[in-house]
Amino acid sequence: MGKQIPIVDYLVLDDGEPHLVAWESVDSGALYFDRRNADAKSGGTEFRRRRLATTGVVRSFTIVHRTVPGIPAPYVSALVDLDGGGSVKANLVNVEPDPDHVKLGMPVRLTTFTAGTDDDGTEAIAFAFEPAN
Amino acid sequence: MSGQDVWILGTYMTKFGRHNDVDLIDLAAEAAMGALRDGGVTIHDMDVLGAGSLFNAQAGVGQQLQKQIGQTGIPVYNVANACATGATALRTVYLSIRAGEADMGLAVGVEQMGKGGLLGAAGKGDRGRTVYEPKGRYGSVMQVEGLLGTGLMPGVFAQAGMEYAYEHDGVGFEQFAKVAEKNHAHSTLNPLAHYQKQFSLEEIMNAEMMAYPNTLLMCCPNTDGAAAVVLVGEEKLRTLSADQQRRAVKISASVLTTDPWTERAQVQPDVNTLTRNAAKQAYETAGVDPQDLDLVELHDCFATAELIHYDNLMLCEPGGAGKFIDERGPWRDGAIPVNVSGGLISKGHPIGATGIANIYEVSTHLRGEAGDRQIEGAKVGLTHVIGLGSACAVHILEKGAA
Repeated sequence: MGKQIPIVDYLVLDDGEPHLVAWESVDSGALYFDRRNADAKSGGTEFRRRRLATTGVVRSFTIVHRTVPGIPAPYVSALVDLDGGGSVKANLVNVEPDPDHVKLGMPVRLTTFTAGTDDDGTEAIAFAFEPAN
Repeated sequence: MSGQDVWILGTYMTKFGRHNDVDLIDLAAEAAMGALRDGGVTIHDMDVLGAGSLFNAQAGVGQQLQKQIGQTGIPVYNVANACATGATALRTVYLSIRAGEADMGLAVGVEQMGKGGLLGAAGKGDRGRTVYEPKGRYGSVMQVEGLLGTGLMPGVFAQAGMEYAYEHDGVGFEQFAKVAEKNHAHSTLNPLAHYQKQFSLEEIMNAEMMAYPNTLLMCCPNTDGAAAVVLVGEEKLRTLSADQQRRAVKISASVLTTDPWTERAQVQPDVNTLTRNAAKQAYETAGVDPQDLDLVELHDCFATAELIHYDNLMLCEPGGAGKFIDERGPWRDGAIPVNVSGGLISKGHPIGATGIANIYEVSTHLRGEAGDRQIEGAKVGLTHVIGLGSACAVHILEKGAA
């Protein structure tokens, strides 16, 4: 197997099963996926890494039919509330992209897929969610 | 709060649509001169100019406009504030009058969108050799649009609407589509709207799907256009003619908000909290209750957005936005008419102009000059815009007592 790299730095591939991590404000407990100069909630400047759950529920979704070149459509974009805290946006996969199959509140779990391969043969690994039952 | 009351003395909007035969400044000049004429004043009476244009924010639109309609040396503020750009330009003039720096001022919003396509994502072609390297604050190795969900506008606002559907009963595809049915129907009475075509609910639901539940007929088009207002302070207004005073419209509240921190807004814009905050503040300042409103022009960039703003602006019972549209509450003959202009969905959304065009619409009704689409006896109206990032402006306007 060639080299792999996560598509974003808040996806961790090399520490047990793939999972997401967030920057947690020491002050307020607020979670951020991106680097912050200070906590937008409290103004605090101390952060620690926090491992997030790989399961959650779909709080909202859309089925995208018209998108940017190179992206197969239709596909499902979902907002997922993770069990134990954290809210994340990702594609919903392994489900028919129609409103009869995608349901608000459905339980989902994290999965990964290859988003592309660069000229050195390194695979970019992305995360998505799939129905949990 | 200090400062005198501020009134709308003149207002104008251009026909919204595709204007390939004129340039941005032509549109701005038509609106500016139209508003001055409407107010019975000239550029020489203006003490300040606010100019809003999002896609030409660095172009000095205000100064370019002065060179076409009158260079009088007054301060110009060129502003950009997402979809609240026009409303923010208006507020620079409003604040100048409240601060006592100006008696009268002109605010212009203008945009030429052309055939803009989908807004929201930077398209980036692959060029040459690709080697993945984490970049930016998320350490991303490639464009993530479509790989980690969507950030394109139709999808973002679809998700905002579906979140409301998750939290409240009686809201689904059909309720969202009914919003577009209403706005397209309303637009048939507005000659300045980009489109004036009625569609059945079936036609709307069967139109090309963009991002479920938003079909093409539930999305605002890319539109060119401009709108302008002349504002005047109370003291100065009282020195003007009886007719100018009679037609003047009072700005009873002018509020601008941004996002307070909310937990879930980190991955999906929260268009609700800042709208609620702006609305609450505006109702309180104006001493107006939502049920007092005779008409509302709100930011229906997508049908899903309009529905949730019924609740955010407190036009319906909490959680009752689905019921409100089902009962035809926001239709022009309903409890609180919403977007009788046709809204962004049918009138169009030239971004910089939108937050002044809605002021034009409500003012025109309050003056009793809206012709075929007049809401009879309108005395109080509300305008709302929201731009992602986010910025939200709410204005409450009242018919003059004179």
